[in-house]
Amino acid sequence: MYLRLPIIALLYTIASAATAAPDGASLYSEHCAVCHGASGTGGVGIPLAVDSLLSIVSDDYLKKTIRLGRPGRIMPAFPKLSDAQINAIISHLRGWSDRKLEIMPEKPVRGDARHGKVLYAEHCASCHGKDGEGGKGTGVTFSRHRDMDIIPPALNNPGFQAATCDHMIQQTLIVGREGTPMTSFLEEGLTEQDINDIVRYVRTFYSEDDPDARTGEDLPPTLIVESPYSLEETVENAKQAISGKNFRFIRTQPLEEGLVPEGEENSRQVMIYFCNFNFLFEALAKDPRIGMFLPCRITVVERDGVVQVMSVNPMYLSKLFNNEELHEDCRTMTGIYRELLDEISL
Amino acid sequence: MTRCRHLFIILALTLAFLTPVAAEDLLAARSTQSFPEAMLMLQESIREHGYTVSRVQRVDIGLTNMGYQTDKYRVVFFGKIDEVRELSNRHPEMIPYLPMNISVIAEGDQTILITSNPAIYKTLFSKVKNKFLFDHWENDIRSIFNDIREAE
Ligand code: HEC
Ligand code: HEC
Repeated sequence: MYLRLPIIALLYTIASAATAAPDGASLYSEHCAVCHGASGTGGVGIPLAVDSLLSIVSDDYLKKTIRLGRPGRIMPAFPKLSDAQINAIISHLRGWSDRKLEIMPEKPVRGDARHGKVLYAEHCASCHGKDGEGGKGTGVTFSRHRDMDIIPPALNNPGFQAATCDHMIQQTLIVGREGTPMTSFLEEGLTEQDINDIVRYVRTFYSEDDPDARTGEDLPPTLIVESPYSLEETVENAKQAISGKNFRFIRTQPLEEGLVPEGEENSRQVMIYFCNFNFLFEALAKDPRIGMFLPCRITVVERDGVVQVMSVNPMYLSKLFNNEELHEDCRTMTGIYRELLDEISL
Repeated sequence: MTRCRHLFIILALTLAFLTPVAAEDLLAARSTQSFPEAMLMLQESIREHGYTVSRVQRVDIGLTNMGYQTDKYRVVFFGKIDEVRELSNRHPEMIPYLPMNISVIAEGDQTILITSNPAIYKTLFSKVKNKFLFDHWENDIRSIFNDIREAE
């Protein structure tokens, strides 16, 4: 008898937790705001609070964009969000525009892709790339150097191609995106037929690069070599090798420095910090999120009389960033670490 | 002698079968606070979660000194000595990943915090028995980020 009340209360809580609508604003803040800005004005990601975007794209476009992401272009896929959560996020985005939604029934746009190709080279390639690969870097400029206010998205991206439809591209070209470098090409003097021709051409884009294919790069997360020298000699070798590779030596410190009172650190674990500022500057422009690699470092460790030299493997970690451009830098950096480790232990 | 035959000892051979990049590999938060406020708050929250801040790397200062223009950019390193010792003794291949760090990036009058999700170590370093530790780190970082997201 007395048990009944708590059980009812419990059932009630379970039921209400299960039916409570997901909160779009807080989901957006948790999953999207870091890149697209707290109010959709852009950041690492392009702006979303744009009337001329929100008034022409369907929920289906937004849903697919969130689910699939843009492989290799920073925008992650969100496979784990539920449909209800994604719908809640979409309602939140919709709240940024009170312009009427103008979605036409999905009907293929007719046009001549060959003529579209000529027009694309003339009017679009300078921003979206020769083959639709998008601008360098992504998102909106902050005080890092960028060529443009907002980086033009990749049109050959499998995520974009899967989410978009002919009509959306057509409307984007007709209306433009106010407040961004993407202007209305009707106003720029193209005819509706020209625009349709371009739409047909853009729909032929596909990217040959399959970012998933590179996940198997068969190196471990940590690069390690054994050094035939003493710890002290190895550290000296490392300093030499570093400056030989055009990197600037910054400092050495025990791994445990700052975690224990001075003097109590394990002195047989030495980190060597170094940097190539030009390389760093370029990499930060491609992706500001690379702090975990900074500054470059090699660690020399002595255990039971054996000295090892080790570093992270940036190529292995590259996949965390979903950024094709950055991947090239990670590949370069892995090569440099391998050469350094070889030289140090030679 | 070819380079391949060189001294690479492949320690963690397990090549994790990787699902397509999911957002959760990186943990990130945007704070509406200015950079100095967010930096203070981050370090305070790290300490409240029982960690020691071991170093703040001023990436921006290094760049500026070399003549490059950049917004504020710091990397905060932190850890617990017992955990760092235990892992570095038992699993030296994890040493280059220690201690943990969070990047703090100014974006206009707001601030972005970002780090890799420690949960990825469960597949990266599959030999580590104490997987619970990485879950624990993930929870702590999520909780630290929540502190900062919620602060106005
Ligand atoms: C001056 C640079 C520039 C030129 C020229 C330009 N665009 Fe864009 N385009 C952009 C930018 C920047 C955006 C992103 C706008 C935003 O933030 O919403 C964009 C967005 C788009 C989009 C939407 C993509 C998406 O992911 O939502 C399409 C489609 C597009 N452009 C096609 C074209 C085509 C086709 C042409 C040539 C007729 C063209 N653009 C010319 C800069 C440009
Ligand atoms: C790690 C950064 C990042 C996160 C997190 C992120 N995005 Fe993006 N997003 C981007 C980038 C970068 C692009 C542009 C891709 C390109 O340049 O090709 C983009 C593009 C988009 C587009 C296409 C816009 C257009 O003009 O067609 C939409 C819609 C979008 N994101 C929504 C979201 C939503 C909703 C979330 C949260 C569930 C989210 N994004 C999370 C970085 C991000």
